[in-house]
Amino acid sequence: MIKVEGVTRVYGSYTAVDDISFECRPGKVTGFLGPNGAGKSTTMRIMVGLTAATKGRVTIGGRLYGDIPNPGRHVGVLLDATAQHGGRTGREVLMLGALTMGLPKTKVDELLALVSLTPREAKRRVKDYSLGMKQRLGIAYALLGDPQVLILDEPANGLDPAGIRWMRGLLKSYADRGGTVLLSSHLLHEVEQIADEMILIGQGRIVAQGDKESLLAGAGPAQTLVTALDNDALAAALAAAGLETDTAGIGLRVHAAPVDVGRVAADKQIVLTDLRAGGAGLEDLFLQLTAETQRDDALGTPAQPASTQPGPVQPGQMPSGPIQSGPVA
Amino acid sequence: MTAAPLTLDVTSTPPIPFSRIVGVEMRKMTDTRAGRWLLITIVALTALIEIIFFATADSQDRTFFNFMGVTATPQGLLLPVLGILLVTQEWGQRTALTTFSTVPIRSRVIWAKVVAALLFALAALVIALAIGCLATAVGGSDHAWDGVGLDDVGKFALVQFSGIIQGLGFALLWLNTAAAIVTYFVAPQVWSILVNVIHGLSKVGPWLDLNDAQSPMLDGSHMVGKDWWQLLTASLVWIVLPFVVGFWRVLRSELK
Repeated sequence: MIKVEGVTRVYGSYTAVDDISFECRPGKVTGFLGPNGAGKSTTMRIMVGLTAATKGRVTIGGRLYGDIPNPGRHVGVLLDATAQHGGRTGREVLMLGALTMGLPKTKVDELLALVSLTPREAKRRVKDYSLGMKQRLGIAYALLGDPQVLILDEPANGLDPAGIRWMRGLLKSYADRGGTVLLSSHLLHEVEQIADEMILIGQGRIVAQGDKESLLAGAGPAQTLVTALDNDALAAALAAAGLETDTAGIGLRVHAAPVDVGRVAADKQIVLTDLRAGGAGLEDLFLQLTAETQRDDALGTPAQPASTQPGPVQPGQMPSGPIQSGPVA
Repeated sequence: MTAAPLTLDVTSTPPIPFSRIVGVEMRKMTDTRAGRWLLITIVALTALIEIIFFATADSQDRTFFNFMGVTATPQGLLLPVLGILLVTQEWGQRTALTTFSTVPIRSRVIWAKVVAALLFALAALVIALAIGCLATAVGGSDHAWDGVGLDDVGKFALVQFSGIIQGLGFALLWLNTAAAIVTYFVAPQVWSILVNVIHGLSKVGPWLDLNDAQSPMLDGSHMVGKDWWQLLTASLVWIVLPFVVGFWRVLRSELK
């Protein structure tokens, strides 16, 4: 539905977005992930024509955004929830959108209710809104015209945990009804639960893409974290089975899949109190992949796709961005 | 899960009519405190200055032409500010992001702002004329309506309309309220001073001084061909040129 084809954006000598191509499909939530300054917002602005691409193009449903008549009726856009006139009330912000798109005024109240802004809050000026309330307002604006496509830049930013859960449910059911969702985030845990597809971007390039399973499959050999009532006996049994172990916290880290560890424990009748996959999670993979682009940049070689074997995470090379939460760049 | 098509069905979506964008742009001027107070101030000062003139002028000076003329000062000062705010509030408050993603053809938004500005100026003119008519009818001099023609009203309107468009043009040029207001008010004065000080400019000066070129439009004097040409050249430089450059800038600029 959204088709990004070889999009590049250059500012002077700085390449903010470097030859990006991907697609977002109907019925799917696509997560667009990367540290701050990775080029997510620039790419999204290019999608809706606010920034011109130096090369390449983006089509939505086969059309350039600017060629869609009354685009608000087809594509819901939230690029920056703070970019609203502080002197307008929340209700008025939606009213301007409804008037422009030619929607009945009842739609405004409908959407305010959907994003849980009370009539009293809706009458307040936007400058008195918290960031979370502004995000809700922005999501309401994006949904105003019953669009088939949603493009949301950092919509979870500023939402409290309950708000993030609410947004996940909202987007999930929107996609289940056949909608196309692209949402960006610099915080992986915000999107990993709902994203069917993930695009990982670092330094303007796509470093990995795919669903959660295929991304994790490329994240290195399996590891298991295990704790037994008798760790020493377990360590000995695992060593006897030829599995490499280290101590990790109160238990052991085993360089094997959980099923293999469980089988050894069952054979030796060792009681386990905890057994789980301990390989690199998506967060680790995310940091590692975006760090890799930085390393490749320094060497002047192109980014490697995710399918190549990534090395262990090197904390020293983590980009500073992903851990912080702050206003969208 | 519903299987959805990969294309957008836009056949039942008509484009946004221009009149609707104009309506929204006018609403944006009335739904914030700054905009609302500016509009109220324009109306209030227009009424106030006509009342003051009514109370203080000699009875033979209380002509319709003069009642209209005194409103030129407050409206001439404030209408351009209205034109500036119509544009710059979008950048100052960054609503341009929403405006131009809702209406992606940027020229339509700018033309809608132009039409909105002209409609506000027209409303201000109608109010000025209405109060002027009322004042003249109530306490005008014996010959209060003598020699006033539609051409006088037309010239007055043209000056006020070009003022608001000039403000809008400066705003498009800078996309910043302070810069637009300062250059709008200061640059023509600086030019006038330069013309007076630098001898070489005295020949071109009258052709490029908008204040001088516009003054015969307001004082009721008979304008000959040269006056009109000077008005045209000065307007081209001070109104059309900033507008065209600003328009081009907004069409090309990146919106963040």
